[in-house]
Amino acid sequence: MNFSLAINFTYILSAALFIFGLKMLSSPATARKGNFVSAIGMLLAIVVTLLSQGLDYKYILIGMAIGSLIGVVAAKRVAMTAMPEMVAIFNGFGGGASLLLAWFEYHGTDTSGEPSSLFTSIVMLLTIFIGGVTFSGSMIAYGKLSEKISSAPFLFSGQHIVNALILIASLTLGILFVMDPAQGNLYFLILIGVALVFGIMSVIPIGGADMPVVISLLNSYSGLAACAAGFVITNNILIVAGALVGASGIILTNIMCKAMNRSLANVLFSGFGSPTASGGKGSEQQGEVKPASAEDVYYILEAADSVTFVPGYGLAVAQAQHQVRELAEILESNGTECTFAIHPVAGRMPGHMNVLLAEANVPYDQLIEMDDINPIMDTVDVAVIIGANDVVNPAALDDESSPIYGMPIIEVHRAKTVIVLKRSMNPGFAGIQNALFFNDNTRMFFGDAKASITGLIAEFKEGS
Amino acid sequence: MVAVFLTLVLVLSIFLGFELISKVPSTLHTPLMSGSNAISGITLVGAIASLNLGHDTMGLVLGTAAVVLATINVVGGYVVTDRMLGMFKKKDGGKS
Repeated sequence: MNFSLAINFTYILSAALFIFGLKMLSSPATARKGNFVSAIGMLLAIVVTLLSQGLDYKYILIGMAIGSLIGVVAAKRVAMTAMPEMVAIFNGFGGGASLLLAWFEYHGTDTSGEPSSLFTSIVMLLTIFIGGVTFSGSMIAYGKLSEKISSAPFLFSGQHIVNALILIASLTLGILFVMDPAQGNLYFLILIGVALVFGIMSVIPIGGADMPVVISLLNSYSGLAACAAGFVITNNILIVAGALVGASGIILTNIMCKAMNRSLANVLFSGFGSPTASGGKGSEQQGEVKPASAEDVYYILEAADSVTFVPGYGLAVAQAQHQVRELAEILESNGTECTFAIHPVAGRMPGHMNVLLAEANVPYDQLIEMDDINPIMDTVDVAVIIGANDVVNPAALDDESSPIYGMPIIEVHRAKTVIVLKRSMNPGFAGIQNALFFNDNTRMFFGDAKASITGLIAEFKEGS
Repeated sequence: MVAVFLTLVLVLSIFLGFELISKVPSTLHTPLMSGSNAISGITLVGAIASLNLGHDTMGLVLGTAAVVLATINVVGGYVVTDRMLGMFKKKDGGKS
């Protein structure tokens, strides 16, 4: 008994380390240490748990060895552009583990013939439901992000009715199970299946562009699943850690929704990129675009005192991060102040673009958030837009008929000069025309982002 | 009574989580997510604690599978977060 008390006190220490670790994540300077602190907390919790009596070490150690091997290999090999898929699949495993733990517990009580209490039965069902939805939902998200399955929203008529039926079925199964857990084996198993189907059904109608919201939400679910599992086995550390993750996922979901100017319900229940985006008929103010050559852009940049790059996911697709960083370095050595303004939804998961630029050795003090750059945009000499479109579209501010009206944007149109690197004049992802391209102070620099920037670097090398 | 106590822990943790996470800058949101993902692998502790001797084959399969999935989550999550955070360098410090 005393020993289990010691274990529980150690769990409190672990929880404190998790909290401390998360706190250190609030600055890039301490973040790496914070992650380490959090890992120590986890290690401590695992080691002390291994010291409890009567464990079946053989299977635990085999399981941990297999898991560690897969985890390390996956974590070391993943490309930074593939980070969203990776996080999605890990989320899924977290949810899956909680589901399996609850199933395991149920199986234990089922074979021992000792019926579980009403409370335990309910939290058990919650765990398998949340865990199951997290698992299958994450697998679909993984498939969509890695383009193993179509990232287009998959919609069919009566989808909402099917989902409602699934929920009613789960509720019925749950009630039947709770009424007599000892005889409920079949209901329990069907409910696992239903939860898995529901996970698939809830993610499949969501389009690729909305994936940042979905991963954040699944991240939250994986925490809630762990939390619910903690209730099943009455374990504090699972509840604390799970709740921290649950809260973090909810906050990120909220931030993503705000940055896209959509409600969570809107993301979950209507496929984006489908008919909704056909609006924006007020885009007749076409006018003339002013194309620029590499040489023109060189002269503009050469004369600038401050340059802000606005990267979008197109930059990562063109694999031009390293070229942009090189260009920024040349500009800096030329006495130009360089920053990178990053929209919260740039990339395919929250903060993704920052990681991609950090990988290309862009120092983090040059990465500026949208809310920090907008107030000083008037003082920026040149804004260079690379592979971004909707997040710099001024229609979001002034055109009420535009589908993106109300979305917060990086207000580059207020910079003295705007250079847009773009492949062609095709409208952006959402099919919305961008008035920015026709502004007097905008120059269009057409071509592949990587080739264009390489050309610019060459101009600078010749010029100096 | 245990249920009440556990719920109290839950509610306090959620408030604490909101406080902590809202201070994380958007620059670090990806590492935050993978790092918190690793924390959600805490289920591993529960799986270990529950996997005691005397389970039948079905129990062993479920328990071991839970341990495997949770370990992937924990180990993979921390390692990849560390890898990412290692890339964030200050201007003067990390000239590669």
